[in-house]
Amino acid sequence: MAEITKILTEHIDKPGIETFKVYRENGGYNAVEKALKEMTSDAIVEEVKKAGVRGRGGAGFPMGMKWSFLAKPEGVPRYLVCNADESEPGTFKDHYLMKSIPHLLIEGMIVSSFALGANKGFIYVRGELMYVIRILENAIEEAKAAGFLGKNILGTGYDLELVVQPGGGAYICGEETALLESLEGKRGNPRNKPPFPAVKGLYQCPTVVNNVESIANTPWIVMNGGDKYASFGVGRSTGTKLISASGHINKPGVYEIPLGISVREFMESDEYCGGIRHGHQLKALVAGGSSVPILPAHLVYETAEGNERLMTYESLSDGGFASGTMLGSGGFIVMDETTCIVRNTWNFSRFYAHESCGQCSPCREGTGWMTKVLERIENGKGSMSDIDLLVDVAKKIEGNTICPLGDAAAWPVASAIRHFRDEFEWHITNPTEATKPGAIYRGEPILA
Amino acid sequence: MEENKVELVTVTIDGHQVEVEAGTTIMQAARKIGPEVAPPAMCYYKPLEGTGGKCRACLVKVAQGSTRDPRPMPKLIASCITQVQDGMVIENFTSPEVIEARKGVVEFLLINHPLDCPVCDQAGECHLQDFSFNHGVGTTRYEEERRTFEKEDLGDKIQLHMTRCILCYRCVKTADQITDKRVHGVMNRGDHAEISTYIEKAIDNDFSGNMIDVCPVGALTDKTYRFKNRVWFSKPYDAHRDCDKCCGKVHLWYRGEEVIRVTGRKNMWGEVEDFICNTCRFDKKESSDWTIEGPTKVSRHSVISANKYRADLISKPEFALKVAESQYKQINDDRPFLKELPEIKKSEDYQGLMKQNKDYFRK
Ligand SMILES: Cc1cc2nc3c(=O)[nH]c(=O)nc-3n(C[C@H](O)[C@H](O)[C@H](O)COP(=O)(O)O)c2cc1C
Ligand code: SF4
Ligand code: SF4
Ligand code: FES
Repeated sequence: MAEITKILTEHIDKPGIETFKVYRENGGYNAVEKALKEMTSDAIVEEVKKAGVRGRGGAGFPMGMKWSFLAKPEGVPRYLVCNADESEPGTFKDHYLMKSIPHLLIEGMIVSSFALGANKGFIYVRGELMYVIRILENAIEEAKAAGFLGKNILGTGYDLELVVQPGGGAYICGEETALLESLEGKRGNPRNKPPFPAVKGLYQCPTVVNNVESIANTPWIVMNGGDKYASFGVGRSTGTKLISASGHINKPGVYEIPLGISVREFMESDEYCGGIRHGHQLKALVAGGSSVPILPAHLVYETAEGNERLMTYESLSDGGFASGTMLGSGGFIVMDETTCIVRNTWNFSRFYAHESCGQCSPCREGTGWMTKVLERIENGKGSMSDIDLLVDVAKKIEGNTICPLGDAAAWPVASAIRHFRDEFEWHITNPTEATKPGAIYRGEPILA
Repeated sequence: MEENKVELVTVTIDGHQVEVEAGTTIMQAARKIGPEVAPPAMCYYKPLEGTGGKCRACLVKVAQGSTRDPRPMPKLIASCITQVQDGMVIENFTSPEVIEARKGVVEFLLINHPLDCPVCDQAGECHLQDFSFNHGVGTTRYEEERRTFEKEDLGDKIQLHMTRCILCYRCVKTADQITDKRVHGVMNRGDHAEISTYIEKAIDNDFSGNMIDVCPVGALTDKTYRFKNRVWFSKPYDAHRDCDKCCGKVHLWYRGEEVIRVTGRKNMWGEVEDFICNTCRFDKKESSDWTIEGPTKVSRHSVISANKYRADLISKPEFALKVAESQYKQINDDRPFLKELPEIKKSEDYQGLMKQNKDYFRK
């Protein structure tokens, strides 16, 4: 493979990169100069479209397309909101990026706001990350002092104010419309869509909500062009992606990968995860944060058709829900043979039950129900009919809710049962054995 | 077409075609056709802005998006908040998928519901009962412990039975839109979310009582009516009074000759269109406070109509006498009121009332 270009993390290890001075010395804020002085906002939108960046917050919606949907009625302000709520279990890339190289996000916010014609931008940061909020506020002050923020930036007449908002302390506040509600000072309940934020967002004004990583890509695109960006990656998965690797691997951490390397390479090469710890066997993989369907070992490196599985949006979802998963937000959770799938599914389920906002009945009641049934199975008190019950409850939540949290709660349960049904059955038929401390089912997972 | 004429669009719901103004929701279009095709609604409440979308009882299938884009929609959608498009084809009671999803919604709403209908004041006029009866199944698959809450008094007139709440948010919207200050709301998340006031505050407001009417279940109940009667043993009458705070149009609920409850008037979809004040609701419990218009029209299918409006019972002289008496008072307190039945029967008011009753039953 050719020399890997880092788009986001090239300078991340330079000492002092969190300061304006060092960031600027490494070419930082050149994109602001270029964008504001040499480009029109439409030209930037065009480059982002050409780049083909897909939203890095989970849904993978093309960023340029989202930008071009932004309504532009006369006399109504527009807003850019950066989603830095990052609370998905297994995802911790935005945190890393913001604390290590905060000016990259600020620069991206300036360029993107200019492209969208917004004079005010918000960064909604997960409330627990108070120290990151301070880092960002400090970065904003530095940028302002250097004339890159505030009134009449670099003498171009463009004004931009950035506000950092501590989040409401709930996973659901990461859902874009719940985030907007929370930003407005209300309870973080997702809104019914339509209208979409691009038409009626923050304070009922047209708004673009993008993930930290999505926005952090824009300075590079402005400097190097969308075509260059799109030359990395495969097909519709362009550019690089930050992957938060965790679980039973030798080298957990955040890695920037060019989209399109194989899952095997990412898992096994020393540059990335460095293989499974202690020479253990791979049992399962959650490839894109806790919300996506879990994959059993035999579907991790190869798709059901026997094609090599790549780290791209398309390849990971190859096989649909039957034998595929999703790239999601890039939370790569590796599980070796010491993992109890039932316990893990219960754990995920408990998270969603706790984080459901409670607005719509299928999610509010269904998540709690699944959790209780899973808890029962885990504690050796399940019955065989519980397995089909779980599948049915998951099916009745999926697709019938206001926001995708319902789906996110249903998929891990449905997929775990699809691929590891025998393990669930074993828990039910061997309650004494299954509830012994450290007991793990070692049978073969069902082939899809 | 004239410039200012509203655009009309045609939609098909369960095979019935209807023409509605552009911008109408699927729910309203279906209601226009009639109750046979109207989806059930547990959270949507037309008179309150911003309700709907939460309970998912009204999910329907869009078999054809519009004439321009005939593709079906991939997911079921909430009909109460989705606008119709020209040429849209909706499947409601005709879609197995919808029926299955509704079964699910009934089940979800019931798993943590106490099912204490035998002691619940709402029983008989409860939308959750109707919804489960019409769309649910008779058995439960839920074996876990149910979530419960302590009962809570919201001031001296309203009691909150949170365990029965389905979190439809109607009472929150009522407080936002009808009263001048909201002191209650939803706390917590998920299935532990609850309606509550901040630090056990009393809800004290001229229009707070409307929350009782909008509540689809027995979560918010009228303390002045608590345990007084089963709704199907009481008789609703349409009545009004001159009120300086509200429209004064109500249903009076009689047990025998005693007014045991006053509520706002509900339309055929169970919605109160003219909200009433707390004085009318809680303090005016004498027939003489009201001008009685006649018995409330109750759907033949409602349990409230059971054994109620047999003409022979209604025209029983004693009851009519009482009503006539109250009417007399309303009209002119100085008029001589003879206690002799034959005389009263000759009176204009009595005759008028009888005629009203007769007309009513002829309808
Ligand atoms: C329950 C839930 C939680 C979410 N949490 C986040 C989050 O923490 N960060 C994020 O960027 N996107 C999150 N999203 C996705 C956002 O709704 C939205 O799609 C994203 O911010 C759009 O930005 P992008 O297009 O740049 O990815 C979440 C979505 C759901 C349904
Ligand atoms: S799906 Fe869950 S989290 Fe999303 S709106 Fe409904 S109850 Fe809230
Ligand atoms: S108390 Fe009644 S009206 Fe209020 S949310 Fe609960 S069910 Fe709805
Ligand atoms: S009535 Fe439509 S979702 Fe509740």
